[in-house]
Amino acid sequence: MTLKNQTAIVGVGATPYYQRGKSAPQTELSMACDTILAALDEAGLTIRDLDGFAIYSNSCNPAQIGEVLGVPEVRFAATLTSGGGGSAGALGLASAAIVSGMAEVCVTLMTLQQIGRRLGRSSSENSAAPPVPSSPYGSGGIPANTAFHIASGVIAPGHNFAMLARRHMHLYGTTREHFAEVAISQRENAIKRPTSLRTDPLTLDEYMNARMISDPLCIYDYTMESDGAIAVIITSAERARNLKQRPVHIMGSTHGGAGRWGQALFNFQMPDEYFASSGHRPVAQRLYDMAGVGPRDIDVALLYDHFSPMVIMQLEDYGFCPVGEGGRFVADGNIRYRTGSIPVNTHGGNLSEAYLIGMTHIREAVEQLRGTAVNQVTGAEIALVTGGPATLPVSGTILRGG
Amino acid sequence: MATVKRGVVPSVISEPHADPYTQPFWTAALEGRVTVQECTRCGLRLLPGGPRCFRCQNDEFRTVDLPGTGTIYSFIVVRHALRPSLKDVVPYVSAVIELDETQGAGARMVVNIIDCDPETIAIGDKVRIVFEKVSDTFAVPRAIAQR
Repeated sequence: MTLKNQTAIVGVGATPYYQRGKSAPQTELSMACDTILAALDEAGLTIRDLDGFAIYSNSCNPAQIGEVLGVPEVRFAATLTSGGGGSAGALGLASAAIVSGMAEVCVTLMTLQQIGRRLGRSSSENSAAPPVPSSPYGSGGIPANTAFHIASGVIAPGHNFAMLARRHMHLYGTTREHFAEVAISQRENAIKRPTSLRTDPLTLDEYMNARMISDPLCIYDYTMESDGAIAVIITSAERARNLKQRPVHIMGSTHGGAGRWGQALFNFQMPDEYFASSGHRPVAQRLYDMAGVGPRDIDVALLYDHFSPMVIMQLEDYGFCPVGEGGRFVADGNIRYRTGSIPVNTHGGNLSEAYLIGMTHIREAVEQLRGTAVNQVTGAEIALVTGGPATLPVSGTILRGG
Repeated sequence: MATVKRGVVPSVISEPHADPYTQPFWTAALEGRVTVQECTRCGLRLLPGGPRCFRCQNDEFRTVDLPGTGTIYSFIVVRHALRPSLKDVVPYVSAVIELDETQGAGARMVVNIIDCDPETIAIGDKVRIVFEKVSDTFAVPRAIAQR
C-alpha cells in the first residue's frame, strides 16, 4: 500500500508576499492563523474540521496555534527534520497521517517574517557573536566539527551552494550563461504575476555584468528574503470529493536521500558521483515509482530555487535530462513557459516571485492543476513539486488535477 | 584584534570545541601536523573524526599522519563581505580540499586558501595545509598553493 491518490489538497490560503520585514505589524503567528482559516474556508471547512499539523523547517508551533485558534482536538503534530528540503515532503507527511487514520484534515504551512532573523545572513555577523554557524536548513546544536570550517570563509548558504555549482561547471562544462537562463526565464514568468516581488525585466547582459557575490554566483542567482505565509489543507480523496474546490490529488510524495548525502553542502563529504547534484536522485526515483509516472508525464515542474544552479541539478536528478546535461538543457529553451518541453517555475519561483521556503511552489502547482494559474500551462494535469536541495531529507511530490 | 589581511579569513573562535574524536586532530595541529582518524578494520580515513566508520561501522580507530598536501576539489571566490569585519578581506578564496593519502570523500577539508590569485586559481591545483596558532589550544587550518 502506498499513499498514491488517497489524499488531496483541498484548500490554499495565502497572505500577500512582502519584502523582508515589510509584513509588520502582522506577526508570524497572525499570518499563520489568517492563512489557515483562509485555506479551510476556501475548502469549505472550518477550524472544527482541522486536526493535524504536518510541517517542516520549524514553520510554526502547533501547540501555540491550536491554542490561539481553538482547534477542538489536535490528533497529529509532526515535522520533517530538515529545513526547506521538507516543503514538498510535508504533503506526504500529512498524507501518511490521513491514510493511517491518525488525522482527517491536516495543514501544511510556512509563515515567515524576517525581522529578528534572516535566512541569508552570515553564520555570525561579527567576531563577538556566538561562534556557531547555525544552518537555516537544518537543526541546531553545536557540532564538534565547527572548528574545522570556522575560518574557511564559507559562512552563508550562498557560499555552500556556490561550491556545488563550481564543481558542476568543472565536471560538465556548465556556464554562467546557463545559470542566467534559469534566472531570466523565471523573471519573465514573475513579471506577469501581481504577487511577484521582482518584476523588472532581466537581460542576459545585465546578468553577465551583475555584481558577483560568491563567485561563480552573482546577485541574480540568489533568492530573495521575503515575508508572508501560505497554508494548504490536505484531506482524504474521498472527503475531497464533497468539498468546494476541485481536488488536487497527491500521486506520490517521498523524502530522504542517501545517508552519505547527509549534511551535504555543510560538510562537503558526499561521494564524487553525486557531489555536484541536488541530492534528490534517490528521492526522485522512489517518487516516480510511487506515482507510477515518469519525467515525460510531468506537465509543469515547480523546482525549489534558492540558487539558480540547483534548478539545473534538479532537472538532472528528476530525469528531465541526463546528469551533466542540465546547463545545455536549459540553454536550449526547455524550461520556458509556453515554448519549453518542461515549463519550470511558472510563478517566478523563489528567485523572482517570493521566497516562502517552498510553499509558493505548492500553491502554484495547485493553481496549475485547478486551471487557474496566471501563467497557465495548457491542459496541465500532472505537476512535480520539490523541496530545497540542502541537508537530508530533501523531498518531492507529484500532484494530479481533479 | 589581529591585523586584517586581504584574502585571509580570521577565526572568530579560539577554542577547537573538540570531542574525543576530533581532539587528536587539534593536538597535532598545534605542532603543525595534519592527522586523520583511520579505521582499524577497513582502513577508511575520516576527517573530521567521529564515533563510527561509515563504510564498515567499526568503532576502533588509530590516528595517522598525512603529508598535509592535497588538491582543490571545488572553490569559490567570495567578493561580497557578509560581515563588516570582512570588508578588507574580500575577495577571498574558500575551497574544498581532497587530502593526499585519503580516499577523498569523508576526509575532505574546507579551508581558506590564503596566498593565491583568485582570478587564476583552478580545480585540480595542489595545495598544502598550514596552521595559524590562535591560542594555546587552537591552531586554525588554512591552505597555501603549492608551486
